Amino acid sequence: MNAVFRHEVSSHFHSLSAYVFGAFLLLFGGVYTMVMNLNNLLTNFEFVMGNMAFIFLIIVPILTMRVLAEERRQKTDQLLYSLPISMTDVVLGKFGALLVMLLIPLAIIALYPVVLSAFGNIHFPTAYGAMLGFFLLGAALIAIGLFISSITESQAVAAGLCFVVMLLNYYISDLATFVAATAFASFSAFAAVIVILALLINMMTKNGTISLIFAAVGEGALLAGYLLNASSFEGLFPKVMESLSLFDRFYVFVNGVFDLSAVVYFITVIALFLFLSVQSMERRRWND
Amino acid sequence: MIEVKNLCKRYGDHTALSDLSFTIEKGQIYGFLGPNGAGKSTTMNIMTGCLAASSGSVSIDGYDIFEDADEAKRRIGYLPELPPLYLDRTPREYLTFVARAKKIPSAQIKEQVAHVMQVTQISDVADRLIKNLSKGYKQRVGIAQAILGDPEVIILDEPTVGLDPKQIIEIRDLIQQLGKKHTVILSSHILSEVQAICQTILIISKGKLVACDTPENLERLFAGSTTVELRTEASKAEVQQIISGLSELSGSKTKELPDGGCSVRLECSGNDSDSFCRQIFFAFADAKKAILELSVAKASLEDIFIELTSAEQSDKPAAVSSEIKEEVSELIENTEKEEHE
Repeated sequence: MNAVFRHEVSSHFHSLSAYVFGAFLLLFGGVYTMVMNLNNLLTNFEFVMGNMAFIFLIIVPILTMRVLAEERRQKTDQLLYSLPISMTDVVLGKFGALLVMLLIPLAIIALYPVVLSAFGNIHFPTAYGAMLGFFLLGAALIAIGLFISSITESQAVAAGLCFVVMLLNYYISDLATFVAATAFASFSAFAAVIVILALLINMMTKNGTISLIFAAVGEGALLAGYLLNASSFEGLFPKVMESLSLFDRFYVFVNGVFDLSAVVYFITVIALFLFLSVQSMERRRWND
Repeated sequence: MIEVKNLCKRYGDHTALSDLSFTIEKGQIYGFLGPNGAGKSTTMNIMTGCLAASSGSVSIDGYDIFEDADEAKRRIGYLPELPPLYLDRTPREYLTFVARAKKIPSAQIKEQVAHVMQVTQISDVADRLIKNLSKGYKQRVGIAQAILGDPEVIILDEPTVGLDPKQIIEIRDLIQQLGKKHTVILSSHILSEVQAICQTILIISKGKLVACDTPENLERLFAGSTTVELRTEASKAEVQQIISGLSELSGSKTKELPDGGCSVRLECSGNDSDSFCRQIFFAFADAKKAILELSVAKASLEDIFIELTSAEQSDKPAAVSSEIKEEVSELIENTEKEEHE
């Protein structure tokens, strides 16, 4: 893990994407600090973090697109497979290096509240709480990006797919409110999501049986739940989507609440997607 | 050392390897030979853990490549068909990364990297970006990566493909040097290469092992009749007349050349090629027709290769048309000539 980590960190410094990532974070951090704190004279640094979060939509795909996809395209993954290191080492090493790329600009931004405190009363706990939330949000999005990079060998496809997923994550709770609040509307929306998931599973495992079983079991359970207690479905879909959205979880931090369940949720998402990345790397060995 | 047992690999309906078994002993250079698509790379990828087998097992020094992957992989250095290089790094950085991943103690990394760079003669390009290196140097960086950490087995997949003749000779010398200290397994579809450096040859065809022996034994095994090839100034009719007097002749083929002469291929039923040649020489001398070229063709590795690998396709192993053989050996000769030029 150490070897991959050190190699990846220096690789990032050799490539433009890490600099673009850091530069964008610093640029938007600077712009919002100026607008919020200097021009509008607000003492809430957490709003800066809140406003900046959307920038992840653009820069996470840029940072993560090549991480695993390029290994596959250049056939350097064969080296990783033949070295005495496990795929868990590889994925964790790469993820760690990506976190460093996120931490470096954040460490600089972390100085702003200290500087601003010379001119007014900054509430440090909320400022740094929001910053921690921002870091966890970024880490979770990077884990998703890493996984997407592992399923394709084209950087462009990885970047595009990653952007769509980020965008969906960003707008999902807004979009979900368009689904009517009736129980049946929620039921249909869930049914559609299960079908989409089944299609994704089919695409990834190339195993029709598994995805059919998944779809059948999922839809069956959903139908049973709906028939037993239809009223509980009212407004459920928007609620679930809101609690799944990583961005919505982060905004809780911006509002000054240190939400421990959100921390757990971010860490769960990170663990899940790192696990999926390892599985995706292992699977390549079986049907290359 | 390495034991491969009943290896099978299927891609959907396509069977790449079927029931491949062999053992590799310590301290020799092995050659994997086979036509394109025979399963050489697949076998090597499975042996190094880059690919999972559908069934069967590979063990290195008793460690299974899947169960005890770390222990097994520590004993192997692998150069895949396409050297797995990070193009935007320098050889020194790249090798340092590989050394760390191979868990070489950090105090020794610098020294070991310098050592493999010296062995593969890449020290003078150590700090240039790999993407700017020539193909030969890239290949050497790949080999340096494989021999780093002094693994007992070095597996090289087509190490000389795409190199110029001078580089090919240099890489071959390097492999021979490595063979003194390590077990080396290399794959190739160039016969002369395998013949020149390998002590044992494994011929693979359509995912099956069809032969495994030393080049000399293979030749002896398949050496049937002696064949003499000659070029003469005599015309076709004259040749027919001259050779009709040869007692040991079992078959002949005459081809007219544009200059009025002929090229003749004569097969001898006996084993004594010297006496057969003497007969031919005097037969032509008596007819006052000069022999301009004469050579004795033994069953070469090419013939054996073609015979073994095409035996799979037809039911009659021996029924390889000699015309195809000729064509192929001509082709091989030509490429060899080019190589040596």
